[in-house]
Amino acid sequence: MLAFILRRLGQSVLVMLVVAFIAFMVFRYVGDPVVSMVGQDATIGDIEELRGRLGLNDPFYVQFARFVGNALQGQFGISYRLQQPVSQLILERLPATIELAFASSFIALVFGVMLGIYTALKPRAFSTAVVMTISLVGVSLPTFLIGIGLIYLFAVELQVLPSFGRGEVVNLGWWRTGLLTESGWRSLILPAITLSLFQLTLIMRLVRAEMLEVMRTDYIRFARARGLSQRAINFGHALRNTLVPVITIAGLQLGSVIAFAIITETVFQWPGVGSLFVNSVQVVDVPVMAAYLVFVALVFVVINLIVDILYFIVDPRLRDGARTGR
Amino acid sequence: MHSSLTRIAAALVATTMLAGVANAETLRWARASDSLTLDPHSQNQGVTHTLGHHIYETLLDRDVDGNLQPRLATEWYLKEGDPTVWVFKLREGVTFHNGNPFTADDVVFSIERAKSEHSNMRQLHAEVESVSAVDDYTVEFQMVGPAPIYPNNVTNTFIMDREWSEEHDLQEVQDFAAGESNYAVLNANGTGPYVLTSREVDVQTVLTAYEDHWAEEAPQVTEIIYLPIADAATRVAALLSGDVDLVQDVPVQDIERLSSTDGIKVESGPENRVIYFGYRFGEEPLKSSNITDSNPFNNPLVREAMELALDRDAIRQVVMRGNSIPTGIATPPFVNGWTEELDAYPPANVERARELMAEAGYPDGFTVTLDTPNNRYVNDEAISTAFVGMLGQIGIQVTLASRPIAEHSPLILANETDFYLLGWGVPTFDSAYVFNDLVHSKTETHGTYNVGLYSNPELDEKIISLGTETDLDVRNQTIAEIWEVVKADRVLLPVHNQVLNYAMRENINLAVHPEDQPRMTTVTFSE
Repeated sequence: MLAFILRRLGQSVLVMLVVAFIAFMVFRYVGDPVVSMVGQDATIGDIEELRGRLGLNDPFYVQFARFVGNALQGQFGISYRLQQPVSQLILERLPATIELAFASSFIALVFGVMLGIYTALKPRAFSTAVVMTISLVGVSLPTFLIGIGLIYLFAVELQVLPSFGRGEVVNLGWWRTGLLTESGWRSLILPAITLSLFQLTLIMRLVRAEMLEVMRTDYIRFARARGLSQRAINFGHALRNTLVPVITIAGLQLGSVIAFAIITETVFQWPGVGSLFVNSVQVVDVPVMAAYLVFVALVFVVINLIVDILYFIVDPRLRDGARTGR
Repeated sequence: MHSSLTRIAAALVATTMLAGVANAETLRWARASDSLTLDPHSQNQGVTHTLGHHIYETLLDRDVDGNLQPRLATEWYLKEGDPTVWVFKLREGVTFHNGNPFTADDVVFSIERAKSEHSNMRQLHAEVESVSAVDDYTVEFQMVGPAPIYPNNVTNTFIMDREWSEEHDLQEVQDFAAGESNYAVLNANGTGPYVLTSREVDVQTVLTAYEDHWAEEAPQVTEIIYLPIADAATRVAALLSGDVDLVQDVPVQDIERLSSTDGIKVESGPENRVIYFGYRFGEEPLKSSNITDSNPFNNPLVREAMELALDRDAIRQVVMRGNSIPTGIATPPFVNGWTEELDAYPPANVERARELMAEAGYPDGFTVTLDTPNNRYVNDEAISTAFVGMLGQIGIQVTLASRPIAEHSPLILANETDFYLLGWGVPTFDSAYVFNDLVHSKTETHGTYNVGLYSNPELDEKIISLGTETDLDVRNQTIAEIWEVVKADRVLLPVHNQVLNYAMRENINLAVHPEDQPRMTTVTFSE
């Protein structure tokens, strides 16, 4: 197991380097950051001088090497837009995104699994058809449309929930949480639902497909023949075997939710790393964009590692296989 | 006995709370983007200045009609016998938020800081050779040469407290290439009507009224909560749901809906920003055209044909939904040098335009690429698309290249575009600002936005003279002459001046500010 983890860590570092390299290449075509930094009055001389001072005229590999060197020391420079250290900016906004991501993943997992089991156990019921159809809506409507729709329904028409923002936050040391205040919870509802719909549908259909397949296997038939209760079969045996692919998907989804809750954060003015990234792209704030993409790569890499380790724990076959070296 | 005492005490507490609450008016103010920094001299950007004007103050201010008004300076005049020195007399009895008194020394410090290497305000004070304090309430600006309109340049340069700045190591403005940020990015100490209470970037900034402010009347708004909301639809929804009171950046398509909603009103006014098309001059053939032996834009008949093809009223009606003020001159009406004659534009005339194209030697038209931004000005891409259609009618086949402003600007600054759309604001309210950057031949210091590389040496001389001519009548005459030539030569093709719209709850009164920098001190509440 230790060798496995070490190997994966090595692969992860390689992945992050490749991501940083590709990101850097792309940044050359996203626009000129200097124009956003100087005023309308700046002369050509001023603009050139600033460009030189920021090292933007250096060849690509020099800029990349400088970036990697600084990154290894934890130095990501300061944001061109906000003039604050980038690492501080990202750390400040991380709690908001993580809370949103976990809230939406929780909703998606709980309801996704429940609905998946329900639709698998009653495949021909009318309610099943209704659920499956509505879930299609969750997948086909774009996130911003769902978000704005929910805002209009609950904030403008019914006036029961806030239309934007995170509400009041409490500082627990470095972590800024919205989960300890009432307005924080109320502000979390709509964005979490918006972000969860896509994952919910995915998980529901996955659980349903897996359950249907598992219910047809031999060991379930033998269990039924032996006389175990339906409930023991469904939840004790069938469900556990469907969990492996669900864990994979949920893990990958969590990674992309943390990294790409961009649209939802923009629509709800949720102060997370996603909205930071969008604002940075608009003014070509290269230090923030570069650091963000490296961070995203880190998130995916870590989650994949955890998922792989969970496999070991959940699936006894993998454990035995490793031990006997087969 | 205990219960009646408690009841009396509770009643007393309640009335004091009521008395406190009756005078406290909070204004929740929403905009599309946040102020970039609280450091007054590091950015020369509208949104940052708008917030800055509440915390800090400038020597002079501009009112909604565009006139200079005293603020931290009460008088300003050229020194007797020396037209290269501007004297500013300062207001007495002014204090900073931390209690320090405001004196001439603070002005000297601030101007020197604004002129320093990393400040984005330094261009506006390039003509200042040195600034000195004659006494505690008089400052003298020694200019490089005669500078008749320099006071126009001080309206966005904020005054900082020297002691506070030195205490927090703020003599240097934030350097982009540095590894850390300075104290002023998140903290402020000004003389303005509001004190910074809290700042969370991209979330909210809270300002509370400064009790010792020098103004005679305290503002009706005692607390400002500044809320950046990036998404346009969310901003509108926030106003409709009552989560904010004032929305400054109203998307054009929601104006009608908002004006017809109960409890909400929309105020409109002209903005100090003109939208125009520009094109390449010179004999070299265009890179993006099928004509390889000449430059069609260099031919005055072609430029006239293009102007006759441009139907500004149709754009106003269809593209801008009435929210624009068509114009025939590349400067907004508030600017010194604007006249009604210059503002006039010919009505669209497609037949005459076609005739002119044939006369110019392009009866079959030509092709060209139009570069337009798509996220900077109101409906910028839609305006360009409309003009593409209009030019198609006279034979000019235009390919539209639409980009975010971050990618459009490099083309502009490197003169890599043949035909482009751009907007221009005039913060000094004087035509010289337009000429210096748009009309003067391109050099290290002038013509930065003269993208078409138009070059007229005679005009260049006149433009330079505007910087030093002290006789205002002669100066205005020269300005008029330059505009005549610019308009006759069609150096630029102006479309319209933008209109600003603010949406607010019905009981709020706030007029549109021409530079889109409204002051919440002018907000009043009606019943």
